Amino acid sequence: MVNTTVTLSGVALDNPVIPASGTFGFGYEFAQWYDINCLGAISVKGTTREPRFGNPAPRIAETPGGMLNAVGLQNPGIDKVVAEELPKLRAVYHKPIIANISGFSLEEYVECCAKADASPLTDLIEVNVSCPNVQHGGLSFGTDPDMVYQVTQAVKAVCHKPVYMKLTPNVTDIASIAKACEEGGADGISLINTLLGMRLDLKRRAPILANTTGGLSGPAVFPVAVRMVWQVYEAVKLPIIGMGGVQNAQDVIELMLAGATAVQVGAANLVNPWACKEIIETLPREMERLGIQNLTEIIGGAH
Amino acid sequence: MRQGLFTIVKNEKLAEDTYRMSLKGDTTAITGPGQFVNIALEGCFLRRPISVCDYGPDSLVLIYKVVGKGTAQMSQLPEGAELDLLTGLGNGYDLEKSGERPLLIGGGAGVPPLYTLAKQLLAQGKHPAVILGFNRAEELFLQEEFQTLGVEVTVATADGSVGVQGFVTDAMPQEGYTYIYTCGPEPMLKAVYDKSATSGQFSFEERMGCGFGACMGCTCQTKYGNKRICREGPVLEKEEILW
Repeated sequence: MVNTTVTLSGVALDNPVIPASGTFGFGYEFAQWYDINCLGAISVKGTTREPRFGNPAPRIAETPGGMLNAVGLQNPGIDKVVAEELPKLRAVYHKPIIANISGFSLEEYVECCAKADASPLTDLIEVNVSCPNVQHGGLSFGTDPDMVYQVTQAVKAVCHKPVYMKLTPNVTDIASIAKACEEGGADGISLINTLLGMRLDLKRRAPILANTTGGLSGPAVFPVAVRMVWQVYEAVKLPIIGMGGVQNAQDVIELMLAGATAVQVGAANLVNPWACKEIIETLPREMERLGIQNLTEIIGGAH
Repeated sequence: MRQGLFTIVKNEKLAEDTYRMSLKGDTTAITGPGQFVNIALEGCFLRRPISVCDYGPDSLVLIYKVVGKGTAQMSQLPEGAELDLLTGLGNGYDLEKSGERPLLIGGGAGVPPLYTLAKQLLAQGKHPAVILGFNRAEELFLQEEFQTLGVEVTVATADGSVGVQGFVTDAMPQEGYTYIYTCGPEPMLKAVYDKSATSGQFSFEERMGCGFGACMGCTCQTKYGNKRICREGPVLEKEEILW
């Protein structure tokens, strides 16, 4: 029997496979299709202080080996998430829940993270710093080490549960951003969020997405994820949740060898709703094939 | 929702850019007319959502228009080829509200789901009438199939090459129907909405990511809150639509 368990800052997971925020809703709808208690954890839909409708349609465009999305953080707001969505998930699921928090100002991050942290139903807080900072000209928080440091420090001051900063790959030097998280007191790092992209409609001679640009995900971005997980593993001592185009158990192992402690699966869920379950079922076989007894032993094993 | 492998029994051209694919497979997840399937295609990352034209216990008919890479690929698939489908997607039409004489209005690629709807309404002893809208005669399909069912069919073409010249709304009666069921491009749905004298159900189309409610890619706003076209839709009640 191989051992697939991993631990994220004290949160024990049966296996490292976690559906990524934004590709799994609040989880409970997937319980109609399989027993979601097989999952290592669930990262629920990105949540903001106010309810958000998100961007106008079209929000989705296909790309070679992936897709662009510009959903725009549609969510019912932190109060409703804590009061209604998380209890609905907890009713069908008793494994770790990761809250995923976004904000457009430092105050919004702090308020939302505090509320997510105070909920007895959450186990870990994942802070998405890819959003624009509306108080500083709309520059993404996650592209500036100083802003990332500030968000990390401010959120850590109000949270008792582990805080993982989810980083955007749309930066020149991911290592400096990761170091800012570490200095700010983060418990871990999640990466990569989507890569900024764009497609045009040739007949209309205009962007396909109503939002003009969107985030690229899917297997096309997997090599970028491997590279960035690798770089962050070299730069900081924090545990890493790796993600970006993961399709199968081999990809999980590859990201773990690059330095990830756990792995999120995103776009694959949208093509195959059973993707996470199938990856979890094939993981032990893949471990045996590669002579891996204990999954934690391979974290960063390629360095 | 169910995932299953379907075998292509027939894949034939029906009209300009329009094909009919007959498949064999497990259709038990399909609960009624107006639902869709989501098809995985080699080399395409996302599945392709296609409305169900007709279905039986182990048979499925899809009529699709070639509009891009995925549907072009579908049109080239040979008999005997296998396709990975998610079935039973979307809410579908509610037959309970039809009244005795429902009016079914379809435009172009929005015509197919009305076929199985008409069949099931007839089976319930209702008397549906159908209006089909196309741009021109070359695009016309399903007229004979509806007539074979015993449904009164009116055709409208934008260029007047068949039937009434104009849009489906030019062929709409002022009265004499109890309910509207419609599917087609959004400008057509809006025109039908404005002209309809009764309540009705309108089937919408949107670019989708997953097709089963996970990605929020196809959400629209309604009078009763946000709805996912793929999950709480594609059929919306007239009373809840915000234009």
